Amino acid sequence: MAVQSSFKNMVLSLMVICFVSSALLAVVYVVTKAPIEAASAAKTNNAIAQVVPEFDGTPEKARIGVAGTDYIYYKVSKGGSVVGYAVMASATGFGGPVSLMVGITADGVIYNTSVLSQSETPGLGAKCTDPAFADQFRNFNPAEKVLKVKKDGGDIDAITASTITSRAYANAVQTAVDVFKAITSGEQPDAASGASVSAAHTENDNNGGHSNE
Amino acid sequence: MEYLIIIISAIFVNNILLAQFLGCCPFLGVSNKLSTAVGMSGAVCFVITLATLVTYLLQYYVLVPLHIEFMQTISFILVIAALVQMVEIVLKKVSPSLYQALGIFLPLITTNCAVLGVALIVVTKEFTFGGEPHMLNLAESVVYAFATSVGFGVAMILFAGLREQLALNKVPKAFQGIPIALITASILALAFMGFSGLV
Amino acid sequence: MSKLQLITKGLIKENPTFVLILGMCPTLATTTSAMNGMGMGLATLFVLVLSNMAISATAPYIPDKVRIPAYIVIIAAFVTILQFIMQAYTPAMYETLGLFIPLIVVNCIVLGRAEAFANKNSVIDSACDGLGIGIGFTLALTVLGLVREIIGSGSAFGFKFISGDGILVFVLAPGAFLALGYLIVLFRKLTDKK
Repeated sequence: MAVQSSFKNMVLSLMVICFVSSALLAVVYVVTKAPIEAASAAKTNNAIAQVVPEFDGTPEKARIGVAGTDYIYYKVSKGGSVVGYAVMASATGFGGPVSLMVGITADGVIYNTSVLSQSETPGLGAKCTDPAFADQFRNFNPAEKVLKVKKDGGDIDAITASTITSRAYANAVQTAVDVFKAITSGEQPDAASGASVSAAHTENDNNGGHSNE
Repeated sequence: MEYLIIIISAIFVNNILLAQFLGCCPFLGVSNKLSTAVGMSGAVCFVITLATLVTYLLQYYVLVPLHIEFMQTISFILVIAALVQMVEIVLKKVSPSLYQALGIFLPLITTNCAVLGVALIVVTKEFTFGGEPHMLNLAESVVYAFATSVGFGVAMILFAGLREQLALNKVPKAFQGIPIALITASILALAFMGFSGLV
Repeated sequence: MSKLQLITKGLIKENPTFVLILGMCPTLATTTSAMNGMGMGLATLFVLVLSNMAISATAPYIPDKVRIPAYIVIIAAFVTILQFIMQAYTPAMYETLGLFIPLIVVNCIVLGRAEAFANKNSVIDSACDGLGIGIGFTLALTVLGLVREIIGSGSAFGFKFISGDGILVFVLAPGAFLALGYLIVLFRKLTDKK
């Protein structure tokens, strides 16, 4: 079956195999690059569309620094006026970070939330994606209610046996609310806000004009 | 303090064998005898720590600057395979006694998914040790890799001890060998679940 | 052996999970639901068939001493291609399976088939062998995932038929070991009688 091993043919055959494999990979990489980017853009766009009221055009991507951390948010508008913000925020849960997309309408009420990624225990903390828990944050007004689990004196019903995850979820939403306050106070300099604004600059959205109606 | 959290988390809470299922082949394959389990654990410990150090440097000083992160899987496995060969050669020359103890396990380690798994985890996953989610730095990665492999050893040695006892008992025919080992592993995993929430 | 025999032997007689006990890591880790188990099985099937074919075609030209590194490179290349394809067309499944997709490289089934079958058989036979073993692996993972999902969360392929929680431990780590242990016992009992 196999040929006799000599130093020359060992090096040569390995080199040929490495070269062919790399070339093949490069080809597939180039071919799948656009679909991969489209898939990840579609994921972000879906998450945004899920958490903010109806809008037109493309969500405007921007960054803002609040209390030393950089946050990404998307501004969406309809007919020229801003209808809401989708803020990406995360907090430490039980099995790792719980990352959320939190939609907040222009008047400061949470419109909806969506989980971007989490590694909580299946059947316990992972239930934070269930509507039974997540729908508590729909139309939640942080000005009237407290974004904490009931155990900590707030208004959120924790998931059974998963207080840490529920707490992380509430914390992430609270972070998003703080970011929202910083954004709005940055755009209307006379509005008072506790959060410190270090930088708020808009950058071009790079998802190539995918509109998501 | 932060390193202590990493160590406890990697050994007990997120034990690589019993919670993450990496390296299950040697876990079931060479855990018949306590002595081989100790040898395997030692070799794995050595290789995981070294491999993670090398692949971390490879990722951040070669792949990322050249924008060829997509070559990650292929380059990591090649580096690990080469590393295992090198360790074998060096060990043979430098310490024949250690080579006698670990030598036969080394070739098996290339295809131990714990090695590639840990190398990939440290460069792809965000950790939340001590506050904000962040990627591990070099020191944290090496500590994490070492602690993980200690966790591998702890689970492996405990399991081998249990299986040695088990060998003396009468087991129904259909359960002999792997099935009873899996059921034992299940009970051990249940015990390790008691550590969850510790960190 | 006929082509059909090559394919069917992977299902029962040489089932990689229940008989050969290979590739335990993905088997235990990704079978939290039937869908996930099936996804993992199909991903492995893809790599298995392609790498078996490529190795069978190149084996006569590879010197004996460097054959293992050469096989590893070939397998790793197909795994990376699989990663691209999954990222592009099934991003949700790619995210769920996560780490265990690149880890197909070190799945002992793939390298095992290359060494035990592909490097001494024809391309077509190797493809059939890969297909058979791959389908056997997929079936085993789907069954294990289904069992864990039914007991653990009271649903099958995502359709919930029991309201409320199942016996949660079956979705968690200990349940993986336990369910697989009992499935192997069951498999042995069933195949013994034949």
